[in-house]
Amino acid sequence: MTSINEAQKQIIEDFKLLPAWSDKYSYLIELGQELVPMNPDLKTEENLVKGCQSNIWFHTRCDDGILILEADSDSLIVKGIASMLVKVLSGHSPQEVLDANLTFIDTIGMRQHLSSQRSNGLMAMLEHIRNFASECTD
Amino acid sequence: MSKSISSARADFPILNTQINGNPLVYLDSGATSQKPQCVIDAVCDYYTHTNSNIHRGNYTLSTRATEAHEAARKRIQNYINAAHDYELIFTRGTTEAINLVAFSFGEAFIQPGDEIIVSQMEHHSNFVPWQLLCQRKGAIFKLLPFDEQGELQLDVFQELLSSKTRLVALNHVSNSLGTVNPLEKIIPMAHAAGAAVLVDAAQSVQHIEHDVQALDCDFYAFSGHKMYGPTGIGVLYGKESWLEKLPPFQSGGDMIDYVSLDKTTFNKLPFKFEAGTPNIAGAIGLAAAIDYLNGFNYADLKAYEDELLAYSREKLGAIKDLTIYGNAKRCSSILPFNVEGIHHYDLGILLDTYGIAVRTGQHCTQPIMDRLGIDGTVRASLALYNNKTDIDALAEGILRAKKMLRK
Repeated sequence: MTSINEAQKQIIEDFKLLPAWSDKYSYLIELGQELVPMNPDLKTEENLVKGCQSNIWFHTRCDDGILILEADSDSLIVKGIASMLVKVLSGHSPQEVLDANLTFIDTIGMRQHLSSQRSNGLMAMLEHIRNFASECTD
Repeated sequence: MSKSISSARADFPILNTQINGNPLVYLDSGATSQKPQCVIDAVCDYYTHTNSNIHRGNYTLSTRATEAHEAARKRIQNYINAAHDYELIFTRGTTEAINLVAFSFGEAFIQPGDEIIVSQMEHHSNFVPWQLLCQRKGAIFKLLPFDEQGELQLDVFQELLSSKTRLVALNHVSNSLGTVNPLEKIIPMAHAAGAAVLVDAAQSVQHIEHDVQALDCDFYAFSGHKMYGPTGIGVLYGKESWLEKLPPFQSGGDMIDYVSLDKTTFNKLPFKFEAGTPNIAGAIGLAAAIDYLNGFNYADLKAYEDELLAYSREKLGAIKDLTIYGNAKRCSSILPFNVEGIHHYDLGILLDTYGIAVRTGQHCTQPIMDRLGIDGTVRASLALYNNKTDIDALAEGILRAKKMLRK
């Protein structure tokens, strides 16, 4: 299993090859398309992350001390953002998720696009995942 | 000699900005307009040469600041053709102006069982204050619906009006459909039923007719920042006969006449409604924006903006799978749309990478989105500095984004 830092490093390396904005977004859209399709039954109000212009669902579960994440969105770009979080954080222990220093958000060159805009829900998605991780460690 | 509209773009320094390596195409003036250099200079000049507190100072600088502030009120009065300058109350913006009326009119005139009619195409700021007032007072909130074309249903309006209707609240131009509402019909109908009318003019005062006496509205609210002025300043116009009868909204300094332990009496209009130190620089900046607008011939300005909107509808309407919302007989400055199979958020983000600023989402009008059965739109909104090149860039941007988003 790739560690959180290795997964982040891979994303950072991939984005380094894409200087143009349109290429970065194309790649983000591709990442979204790599997500495993979510079971429609999991698109519940409880799994809906508030705080975005589009709908994002995050289904989180803990299997034998490992946090498993599934996500979907009706926006391709938001789905790409969710896909990066799944790639980096899914499959690790809740404690590892809580301790993770997510440097990739700042280093892929999309900080202003991703982290400062309320509309894409990145911060709300992270909070949703961290809240669940905390509950799993209890 | 009026200024030429085609050269107006040069008056707005921000329009020279590069965004993500592209020249800025600013199509979000319905959210806030850009500011001409003369407005920026007026605010800067005030803080550089005149800044001091107004109304109470007995020194030269304060007198100058007071004179500049009150001269600003006078210029705004002339722009909207109010009968008296004291019928204009400075507020933080349209939202505060509407909240002022919802509070003060509500305190004085709304009893349990009274009715307030609000249109279905209101911005939340002209919807929620009335909803809250009705809840507070046990009054009845009635909705004036719009039809498939995005036009208010006047036959339903006639049925909604009753002897219990105290106030009708609606916009002149809808911020998310662009519909120009027929106030020349609605206001007399409301008055015939004995109801007052509040007009949200945030999207109209800078684009279409803005003569409050000709409209005969009772209250008229607008923001400075959407009409080329600074943020944080707005105006409530109210007929003197109403304003005299309303209790104060906020209390504090400047709005009082005499204060003792037992009783406080209030200052005369408009100061009764202007508690605390106002946004002096904002008022002066707004007056500069009005001077700027007055430099153009009003008919030319309107014709220019109408033609640009028609061009936009034609240009975007030709894009396959693109739906334009709102097809009222008369529209102004606002162009809401969606492209089938593409989320409005994704389209907005990609347009930004090409330097094009539009707004996406619900535009603070959830009742409109519910009525249309959609969860949002992309909205392009125009101002006098936009031109056909901006619209061409938007159309081209939509086509590029479509290719990326529909693989």
